[in-house]
Amino acid sequence: MEFKNPQEELERFRSRLAVAGGFVLVCFTLLFIRFVWLQVVQHDYYQTRAEDNRISLVPIVPNRGLILDRNGVVLARNYSAYTLEITPSKARDLEQIIDGLAAIIDIQPKDRKRFRKLLEESRNFESLPIRTRLTDEEVAKFIAHRFRFPGVDIKARLFRQYPGGAFASHMLGYIGRVNDRDLEKIEEKEQDANYRGTEHFGKTGLEQRYEFDLHGGTGFEQVEVDAGGRAVRTLARTAPVAGNNLTLTVDVELQRIAEQAFGDRKGALVAIEPATGGILALVAVPNYDPNLFVDGIDTQNWKELNESPDKPMVNRALNGAYPPGSTFKPFMALAALTLGKRRPEQQISDPGFFNFGGHHFRDDKKGGHGMVDMYKSIVHSCDTYYYMLANDMGIDNISSFMGQLGLGSRTGIDIDGESEGVLPSQEWKRKRFKKPEQQKWYAGETISIGIGQGYNAYTPIQLAQATAIVANNGVVFRPHLVKFITDTRTGNRTLIEPQPTRNLGLKAEHVEVIRNAMVGVNKEGTGARAFAGAEYVSAGKTGTAQVYSLKGAEYKAGTVKKELRDHALFIAFAPADAPTIALAVLVENGGFGAQAAAPIARQVLDYYLLGKRPKAPAPVDEAAVEEDEE
Amino acid sequence: MNPGLGLGMIRNLVQRLIAPIDGPLMAIAGLLLLLAVGVMGSASPERLNAQLLNVAVALVVMRVVAQVPPQRLMHLAVPVYLVGILLLIAVALFGDVSKGARRWLNLGFMRAQPSELMKIAMPLLLAWYFQQREAMPRLRDYAIAAVLLLLPVALIARQPDLGTAILVLAAGFYVIFFAGLSWKILVGMAVAAAAAAPLAWNLLHDYQRNRIITLFDPEKDPLGKGFHIIQSTIAIGSGGIFGKGWRAGTQAQLEFIPERHTDFIFAVFSEEFGLFGNLVLLGLYAMLIGRGLMIAANAATLFSRLLAGAVTMIFFTYAFVNMGMVSGILPVVGVPLPLVSYGGTALVTLFIGIGILMSIHGNRMLVQK
Repeated sequence: MEFKNPQEELERFRSRLAVAGGFVLVCFTLLFIRFVWLQVVQHDYYQTRAEDNRISLVPIVPNRGLILDRNGVVLARNYSAYTLEITPSKARDLEQIIDGLAAIIDIQPKDRKRFRKLLEESRNFESLPIRTRLTDEEVAKFIAHRFRFPGVDIKARLFRQYPGGAFASHMLGYIGRVNDRDLEKIEEKEQDANYRGTEHFGKTGLEQRYEFDLHGGTGFEQVEVDAGGRAVRTLARTAPVAGNNLTLTVDVELQRIAEQAFGDRKGALVAIEPATGGILALVAVPNYDPNLFVDGIDTQNWKELNESPDKPMVNRALNGAYPPGSTFKPFMALAALTLGKRRPEQQISDPGFFNFGGHHFRDDKKGGHGMVDMYKSIVHSCDTYYYMLANDMGIDNISSFMGQLGLGSRTGIDIDGESEGVLPSQEWKRKRFKKPEQQKWYAGETISIGIGQGYNAYTPIQLAQATAIVANNGVVFRPHLVKFITDTRTGNRTLIEPQPTRNLGLKAEHVEVIRNAMVGVNKEGTGARAFAGAEYVSAGKTGTAQVYSLKGAEYKAGTVKKELRDHALFIAFAPADAPTIALAVLVENGGFGAQAAAPIARQVLDYYLLGKRPKAPAPVDEAAVEEDEE
Repeated sequence: MNPGLGLGMIRNLVQRLIAPIDGPLMAIAGLLLLLAVGVMGSASPERLNAQLLNVAVALVVMRVVAQVPPQRLMHLAVPVYLVGILLLIAVALFGDVSKGARRWLNLGFMRAQPSELMKIAMPLLLAWYFQQREAMPRLRDYAIAAVLLLLPVALIARQPDLGTAILVLAAGFYVIFFAGLSWKILVGMAVAAAAAAPLAWNLLHDYQRNRIITLFDPEKDPLGKGFHIIQSTIAIGSGGIFGKGWRAGTQAQLEFIPERHTDFIFAVFSEEFGLFGNLVLLGLYAMLIGRGLMIAANAATLFSRLLAGAVTMIFFTYAFVNMGMVSGILPVVGVPLPLVSYGGTALVTLFIGIGILMSIHGNRMLVQK
């Protein structure tokens, strides 16, 4: 056993105390180094983080720009309405609160569904609408019960509204809630910051194309928030800048008369001002009501719109591709003149068919038109003339000329998603088909191209554009809907290209031949019945596009199903000597162009040139025929 | 009535009242309390009155303990330890569960947290134990001391209450260290501990593991487990050299700092008073510890020395672990900032410690051998 030595023991204890003291100093020094690191070296970083914590930028969504017609009539606007909103972070039991609200205010299951969807997508300190567009009565009712619902409030929000309802909707388009695809576009345009807080985005039509003009500049409020996201006070505010207004080239009255002229028929009409390319009316019927989409369309309406056999969601003016039928003939004639394949007075003999390698391409008129020159070929729509012409010209000559008129390519109208249509050529066929035997172009296929059948398929806007180019002596303007964009803050207007895009260099005397023949159509030809008694001189051409191949059988409108009936077409411009309007009309399954399409064109031209308003939709002239008997 | 006599009586009374109180220790503790009142007035003004009441109670307890001679304390060592162990067992069997841990014992009239008692009972018992083995303690003695220490530590860690378990373990360890456990064994234990770390990892609860993971990468889970550390380091860092000023800390006032009146009160202080304030706080703690170690160095008996040294180092452990976790260099364990955090229990425990130091100082070696 060791002896106890108090002095030695005390010394050892004290040395241990010294060690402990040293340890304390080392640890405290470590802490101090840590504090210097955080508070001196990294101070700026943490200062920024603290500010980021504290200051929340609350976006103030700007008013969306208006869409106005050429005379200032409002086509799309915003209105302020009351919405009932819940801030989930302040509300205790959401289901219970919503049930309570439902007892005093009408809340549909679809409202609940939408709210739940918003809740999933949102951060919890945003307030989310449970009901939109409250009536004054509902607002009053809620206010009386407000004390029972903490976290629930009434807010005034702006809503997009299309006052015309189901009118011009394919042109205007609609806005809907921002989705992932929209977000990609926003990122592409580097507009992320400007779209903070924005809930809606243009989905189709002008609303889509001019989204970034209409949107405006988002304002911001710097708000000091606490850890729970509650706003404590406002530090600074940047006011939002309202979006730009769009003023269209469209005349809303003309648009209305054109739409009404269709009655309950399906089809499209495009009217263009030839001297500018400005679109005067862009009709695609049936329409849909774009207002349905603003808050998110409900499933029932969506189903109805999408499953309707009338396909109201299809923009027939831009996305419907139809064989042009006989409306193709004036363009063929112009091609023949330009390429020197025909002289105007040159006559052919029409026996009622064109024989190509033993196959008879029949003329609609039994026995034929006899001796036919260019004028007569257009006025009476002689098929044989064009069978022969097509054969003489060859497919590639035809397609290169038609291509210059804009057929088979996008016109560049300021609406996205325009279809190209089909401009047939050897090249096109090679690309279109896979099997080598299908890729070859057969000379026989050129024949029916001449009368606007075969592979030909063009959109109504392409036909209207081609008509306008002829009316404008070969000077091409890009068809466009927006005349100018107005900066709502400065009032500055940005005009949309009044400059021509190209000149086809057509000879004036050639165009004159075509013009003259088309005037003849409406005076003494297939359009004469529709334009009887018109107080202006108009140029036109009827057309009928086969939907259904009869394989030699006689076509009788009454015997085929409605959806297999021919499409009626009509192109026109007026006044013939100085055209202010050129148009193309298509009536789906309307029968002969002269029966269904020409009367619509008459109503439109009557209003545009004379201010005459029709009393009823355009009549169907059952007595009119495609090729009159002279 | 002779006014001089009355005054003398009062003076006499006051003198008797303050006699056992150590001036320097009281001054340092008083400054820390003053600072605590200031921070509480910013972090949670509505709790200021309650905390002042806690301070008053703690000071009375300190004064009472300061008067108890070390010999009396030594007699209490074994009974207090046994009661503590029994209560811990009772907690394990019948304790109330709160926030996922079984820490509280419902005594009918009050809820007690027996683990708190062990922070003082542990060094008291071990100091007593080594006092009994006045001869050079042998390895066997250290082994027995270790068993006495690990029993309550294990019971507390099981609750689970890692923070208190660490404090009790540290308190006991300091006694063993001051009793002179050889450096060879200490180093051996450190090596063994490092080797056993993976095993210990498996024994930890998920939430304890998460805290350690969070320490190394708080940004991994910024809204969950890492939120506390991220927000407290932002508060400290944004405080800069001189701080944002009293009640002007945005992290504190806008409630970004969690638990800002209890375990994370240091972040509030540091944001508002900056590096300068931290230096003052560290200085006060260093002075408190220095004074405690000085008292230990001059204590009369082995028991007193060991107890004074261990109690002093408890203050260090509290301060270091708390500031370390709030500034993000130690895992988050529930350890308050000594004398500053809100809460009566810890405050009373700490002032019992100060009272013990005062008592030991009052009975120090008067003659230098």
